[in-house]
Amino acid sequence: MPKHPETANSGPVPATAGLDARLVVDRGSFRLDIALNAAPGDVVALLGPNGAGKTTALRALAGLAPLAAGHLRLDGTDLHRTAPESRPVGVVFQDYLLFPHLTALDNVAFGPRCRGAGKREARAGAAEWLDRMGLAEQAGTKPRHLSGGQAQRVALARALATHPRLLLLDEPLAALDARTRLEVRAQLRRHLAAFEAVAVLVTHDPLDAMVLADRLVVVERGLIVQEGAPSDIARHPRTEYIAQLVGLNLYRGQADGHTVRLDAGPAVSTTEDLSGPAFVAFPPGAVTLHRERPTGSSARNLWHCAVAGLESHGDQIRAELTGELSLAADLTTVAAAELDLHPGAPVWAAVKATQTHAYPA
Amino acid sequence: MSTQAARKPRVRAPGPGVPLALLLPALLGLAFLLVPLLALLLRAPWRSLPEQLTSPEVWEALRLSLLCATTATALSLVVGVPLAWLLARTDFPGRGLVRALVTLPLVLPPVVGGVALLLALGRNGVVGQWLDAWFGITLPFTTAGVVLAETFVAMPFLVISVEGTLRAADPRYEEAAATLGASRFTAFRRVTLPLVAPGIAAGAVLAWARALGEFGATITFAGNFPGRTQTMPLAVYLALQNDPAAAIALSLVLLAVSVAVLAGLRDRWMRAV
Amino acid sequence: MTRSAQWTRRSHRIGALGAGAVLALGACSASGSDSVSGTGGEGVSGTVTVFAAASLKESFTELGERLEKEHPGTRVTFNFSGSDALAAGIANGAPADVFAAASTKTMKLVTDHGLTEGSPSTFARNRLEIATAPGNPHGIDSLRDLTAPGLKVVLCDTTVPCGAAARSALTAGGVELSPASYEQDVKSALTKVRLKEADAAVVYRTDVRAAGDKVEGVEFSESAEAVNDYPIARLDDAPNPEAAKAFVKLVTSPEGREVLGAAGFLAP
Repeated sequence: MPKHPETANSGPVPATAGLDARLVVDRGSFRLDIALNAAPGDVVALLGPNGAGKTTALRALAGLAPLAAGHLRLDGTDLHRTAPESRPVGVVFQDYLLFPHLTALDNVAFGPRCRGAGKREARAGAAEWLDRMGLAEQAGTKPRHLSGGQAQRVALARALATHPRLLLLDEPLAALDARTRLEVRAQLRRHLAAFEAVAVLVTHDPLDAMVLADRLVVVERGLIVQEGAPSDIARHPRTEYIAQLVGLNLYRGQADGHTVRLDAGPAVSTTEDLSGPAFVAFPPGAVTLHRERPTGSSARNLWHCAVAGLESHGDQIRAELTGELSLAADLTTVAAAELDLHPGAPVWAAVKATQTHAYPA
Repeated sequence: MSTQAARKPRVRAPGPGVPLALLLPALLGLAFLLVPLLALLLRAPWRSLPEQLTSPEVWEALRLSLLCATTATALSLVVGVPLAWLLARTDFPGRGLVRALVTLPLVLPPVVGGVALLLALGRNGVVGQWLDAWFGITLPFTTAGVVLAETFVAMPFLVISVEGTLRAADPRYEEAAATLGASRFTAFRRVTLPLVAPGIAAGAVLAWARALGEFGATITFAGNFPGRTQTMPLAVYLALQNDPAAAIALSLVLLAVSVAVLAGLRDRWMRAV
Repeated sequence: MTRSAQWTRRSHRIGALGAGAVLALGACSASGSDSVSGTGGEGVSGTVTVFAAASLKESFTELGERLEKEHPGTRVTFNFSGSDALAAGIANGAPADVFAAASTKTMKLVTDHGLTEGSPSTFARNRLEIATAPGNPHGIDSLRDLTAPGLKVVLCDTTVPCGAAARSALTAGGVELSPASYEQDVKSALTKVRLKEADAAVVYRTDVRAAGDKVEGVEFSESAEAVNDYPIARLDDAPNPEAAKAFVKLVTSPEGREVLGAAGFLAP
């Protein structure tokens, strides 16, 4: 494994190796301004809602969108003013953009040919790449006869065939159906793990991001709102968007010892001992609901709420509550029936302090 | 007989779905286009046709027509496709104006085009006088002059057609090529060009057909000399002055050749696409 | 010399302008009297349509104006074009009262269809000249001079009268000439000389005259062998036979000859 877990979390990397960029791109009234650093072997995922500027960032890295300000260095070389065709960058586009008039083999051989390889040499290299992707039999196939998964792998092979020092993937799994996606995700993970240079992928799917990347950079409205290891971000979301992605109730407030007084009103008891601005998070599954005010409950956190909406989530029911505190609660279908939950029904929501998690804001 | 039988149900089938208000003008339009051609066939001097068609002048004119139309199409491709790319893919001040100027020969009476060419490229023309003085090249009254006159009139058809195809083609393929190390020219040559090939082919056919039928600009700029600048349309026009039968015979030859060539090319592309 | 030529040209233009103004006034009063009285002098009135060879444009326009002045209430409309095209038009039923052709051969196309009233009469003759750039820079003096190497000469196509006439003259002079182009009509042949694309063209004397100082005419002896006769005839189903008769009479009268002579035509 060429991975360096200890560098994955660290902020700045040595300027000599890997990616060191601050991307400022203006697009009408929208401005993207993010800093990206990564060491060789890192896989960084840009995660964010639609329109956050993720694809713009990728285009800026590839040289397809001009930087209004900032810098872009790759392995110590300044690429700011380098034309896209001269950058050691490989791109897997969202809908792959395989050249429809060329076979899979010639698609993969295209890059090496453009970078000066002879026809025979380029084709031999391309055949090797296709073989590595398990596509030896599809070498002579035109893109329109490839399945979605195959096309994705050809696109990856095409991008890797030029030996890029920076691999960019734009929503690499978005064009696939659910079944293929599972399979391709696992393969892509293997290929990315074997890739020795920097890889940056853009996705709006938290699962893709967490499975494929060592480090997540969450972008909202053109700015980075949080970055770190996937597990860290999953446990300590700092925005509503991330909390929703990872399925947590998230509140912000002022901590004083084992209590966090929420900006939204009530206080939450926690096991952590903090002071100053803090976040409190707890999973919907940690919430228990009662029609009557529970008397013998050991839960210190108890709020009077009303059901705002119900939604089935697999074999579970998710209840959206409003009242003293807005929160989501998960319960079994049986429990929901016993409680006779319906929109507007008054309920008591309880969360044990041990189930909450508080961290400095 | 068998084709008629095969066609009948096709005509009848859309009957209830096609409103009369569209069907009647459509049929009228069809008749308007077909009746003159039919008249040409009906009044053709079939008996003297073999004699008319064996004269060497006819073949000379036909050979010259095909040669010049094909050369003009090739010339249009060489400069017209890049011009279309410039109009479709780049943004420069006055692009709209340039586009309008490119299409101007479409509305210009060809004779005026011929006069304009004389004023530009004639022996005494704005550019032509230098061609004559420096290289000893004079274009009027030469086969090269015919090619230029036909190119002038036919190229706008190609440019407009290719520009439309380029605009419809996804420019991100060029971006993908760029990220793979292709310069803009390589991307154009190896990606864009194959992608828009059907549009280029269609434009080339339009240009070729226009060049083949070109009369006004040719006779004005290149004059009329058998074997050198007398193409089929010129031969038809001059024959019409005192020998209508010969003119009809020549027209039939031109018609047959163009139909054969267009049908042949279409089959090839249908298979390729 | 040049100055005097310009002077004459200018005064000529002013004269034409005056005539135009008179014509416009005349036309107004003519149409007024037409609607009131309905008839002119000796039964000549209404519109008469004349199909005439293109080379007759200047002289026939003038003669038409004279006829309109002579017979108030009469309007002469012209269709000037290549004789062959006009003959074809008449054969296909174009409504015309008078046909004036640039060759007897063309007129024959119409008489062969039995479309003329009486036999055509020759009212003028035209002969060929060599048109060169002003000042005759190549010093062309005869038909044979046209064969000088490097000289670009254009002829009319042999299918049109001026081309046929040039062919006869060349044959008569025993001159072998390979032209740069066989032009579709006399005007385009002349245009090539005016634009200096051709060094010389064999055209009608009247065309040289009409081009003013833009070209210079050179007479040559062989032109006598290829003199074009201009026949005129009334047409069988003329819509206005009286006016047609009056126009033909004017053209063949001494007055008509004078006008035609001024344009460079020879007497028949």
